[in-house]
Amino acid sequence: MKNTATRFLSLVLLALTSAVAALPAQAQLRVTVEGVNFEPMPIAIPTFDGENAQAEELAQRISEVVMSDLSSTGLFEIKEGPFVQQDLDISIAPRFADWTIYNIQALVVGNVLIDSSFNMTAQFRVYDVYGASELLAKQYSVPTPDNWRRVAHKVADDIYSQLTGEDGYFDSRIVFVSESGPPTDRKRRLAIMDQDGAEAEFLIPSVSTVLTPRFSPTSQTIIYSAYVPDPADPLATRLRTYLYDIETGRQEVLNEVARASNYAARFSPDGRYVVMSRERNGNSDIYTIELARRTETRLTTSPSVDVSPSYSADGRNIVFTSDRGGTPQLYVMRADGSEMNCPTGGRDSACRITFGDGRYSTPVWSPRGDWIAFTRQHQGRFYIGVIQPDGQGERLLTESYLDEGPTWSPNGRVIAFFREAAPGAGPKLWTIDLSGRNLRALRTPGDASDPAWSPLLQ
Amino acid sequence: MRSTYLAALVIAGGLVSACASQPEPTPEPVDTAPATQPRPAPTPAPAPATGPTAGSRADFEAKAATRVFFGYDQYNLDEADRTALAAQAAWLKQYPNVRVQIEGNADERGTAEYNIALGARRAEAVQSYLQSQGIAASRMSTISYGKSRPINPGNNEAAWSQNRNAHTNIVGGASS
Repeated sequence: MKNTATRFLSLVLLALTSAVAALPAQAQLRVTVEGVNFEPMPIAIPTFDGENAQAEELAQRISEVVMSDLSSTGLFEIKEGPFVQQDLDISIAPRFADWTIYNIQALVVGNVLIDSSFNMTAQFRVYDVYGASELLAKQYSVPTPDNWRRVAHKVADDIYSQLTGEDGYFDSRIVFVSESGPPTDRKRRLAIMDQDGAEAEFLIPSVSTVLTPRFSPTSQTIIYSAYVPDPADPLATRLRTYLYDIETGRQEVLNEVARASNYAARFSPDGRYVVMSRERNGNSDIYTIELARRTETRLTTSPSVDVSPSYSADGRNIVFTSDRGGTPQLYVMRADGSEMNCPTGGRDSACRITFGDGRYSTPVWSPRGDWIAFTRQHQGRFYIGVIQPDGQGERLLTESYLDEGPTWSPNGRVIAFFREAAPGAGPKLWTIDLSGRNLRALRTPGDASDPAWSPLLQ
Repeated sequence: MRSTYLAALVIAGGLVSACASQPEPTPEPVDTAPATQPRPAPTPAPAPATGPTAGSRADFEAKAATRVFFGYDQYNLDEADRTALAAQAAWLKQYPNVRVQIEGNADERGTAEYNIALGARRAEAVQSYLQSQGIAASRMSTISYGKSRPINPGNNEAAWSQNRNAHTNIVGGASS
C-alpha cells in the first residue's frame, strides 16, 4: 500500500514565462486524429536537462515516459537524435531552422531541478517549429522525486492536449484481474497498474476469485465482485459485490439480500449511484443503488437475462445486455425507469439498439457520451465494436478468438479490452484507438482480463 | 441422430460401471451448429466394489449423477437430466440433514457477465426440479460460476458441452 499512498501527494503547477516573444496569431498546430487524412505528427522530445547527477537521471527517466506515452497513441512520430542543436536551453528559444531540417513540427524542451529539500520540479516548453512560436510553457513541482512517473504522465498529457485539442489520459490507472493457474483451477486476483503497464501491484491478494472490477469516476474507490465462502454456510459460496477504497484498504459488502447475487456493478458518472445486476431465482435484473442512503430501485422485471448495465456520460440513461428478444442484444433505458422514445419508433421502457448478426454484450458508455463500446460474438469469433447510443454507426474495431470487456480511457479516445488470441492462449490486455488504428498489447506481469480504466488522477 | 448418440453413451456407461475410478466419458465431438447440439448424458454413476460410507459425499456420487449438462445457451432439462436429478432427490430424501449448493456453469463462448446469468438459470432449473421432487428449498442454494470454472480445459465443442453444466455439491450434513 506504500506505493499507492505516495501517489496522492500534491502537484504544484506553475506557468512559466514565455521564452519567445509573442508572435502574430496563426493557424494552430494540430495533429488530425480523425479521418483518412491522418498522418502521425513528427515531433522531437530531446532528453530533458538535469542540473546535477540525480536530476539528470530523473530527467532521463521522465523523458522516456513522456516519449513512451506519446508514442503509444499512434498519433506522433517521435524523431530520435542526435540533432544539430545540442545546446537546447529551456530559458532560450531554440534555433527553429535546426529542427525544420528533420521535418519536425513540434519540439519539447524540458529540464528537471531538485532543491536542497528534495522538491523536484520539471519544467517544459512546447514549440511549433514551423510557426517559430511557443505553444505551451509549464512546470510541475512535487515534494519528492518518488513521484517522477506521475509528473512525466502530466507532462505528456499537457503535450497531448496541446497538440490534439483533446483531454489527456496518461495520468490514469487501470484496474484488472490478474490470472494464473490452469483453466480448471484459475486464480483471479485484483490488480492495478499505471495506464502504461508500469507499477503493477496486487490489491487484496488474499482474494483469488475476483471479477468485474470498476473504478469510481470521482473517488479512489473500486467496485468489484468475488466468490467468497457464505458466512452463514462456509462450505457454500456466495457471489458478493464490494466497495473497496484503494487509499485506506477498507471495503464493505454492497446491499446484500438472502438467496441473491449482486454482480456486474458500475458507478454512475457522478459517483453517487451504482447500477448492477441482481440474480434471484435464476433471473438477473438491473437495480440502481443510491450510495449515500443505500436505497435501491429495480429497473427491469422481465424474465429474461438483464445484465452488464452502464450509465451514459450524463447519467440519464443506462445501456445493458438483454436476451428478451431471444439472443443477447444491447438496450438503452432511462436511469429512472420511465418510458422513452425509441430510435426505431414507439415508446418503451427499454429500446433495442443492436440489430446485427450474432450476440452483443458488455456495453460500456464512453465518458464523452458519443459512443457505446461492446463485445460482439458471431460465428465463433469475438469483436470489440462501437455504436452510437441511437443504434447508428456501428463499427467493429477488433477481432480474435476471444475479445471481450471494453473499457474507455478517461478522454473517450482509447479502448482497452482483453483478448485470448488463440484457443487456450490465456487472456492479455490490449488497447485500440476509437478510429480502429493502433492496436497495442498492454504489458502485464502475467495473464490479465477485465480491465477498467480510472478517471484522470487528481 | 440425437437418440443414437444417447444410446451409445448409455452402453458405454454400462460397460464401465464395475470400475469405481473410471473417469467421466468424453462426449463425441459434435457438429458445432448451435441449437441442434446434443449434450452429453449426465455423468454415469459408477458402482464401486466396496461401497462408500452411507450418507457420505462419495455415496451421493455413487448413487446419482451429480452433474447435468445443457445445450448451447440452453437451460432446459431433458429426460436424461430428470432421471439424474430424480436419483439425486431420492438420495437427498434418504439423508435429510444434507445441504447442497447447485453450481451453474457455462462454456467459454460467451462473455463472463452474460455467462453468470446463464449459469444461474441452469442452477435454478436444477434447484426447481429437485424442489418439485420434494427437496426443501431451505436445504438448497445456488451459485453461478459463469465460464470461470470449466471441468474440461479444452477449446472445442467436446469440452464446451461438458462445461455447460449444473453440479450438485454437498455443502453440509453428509457423513464423513
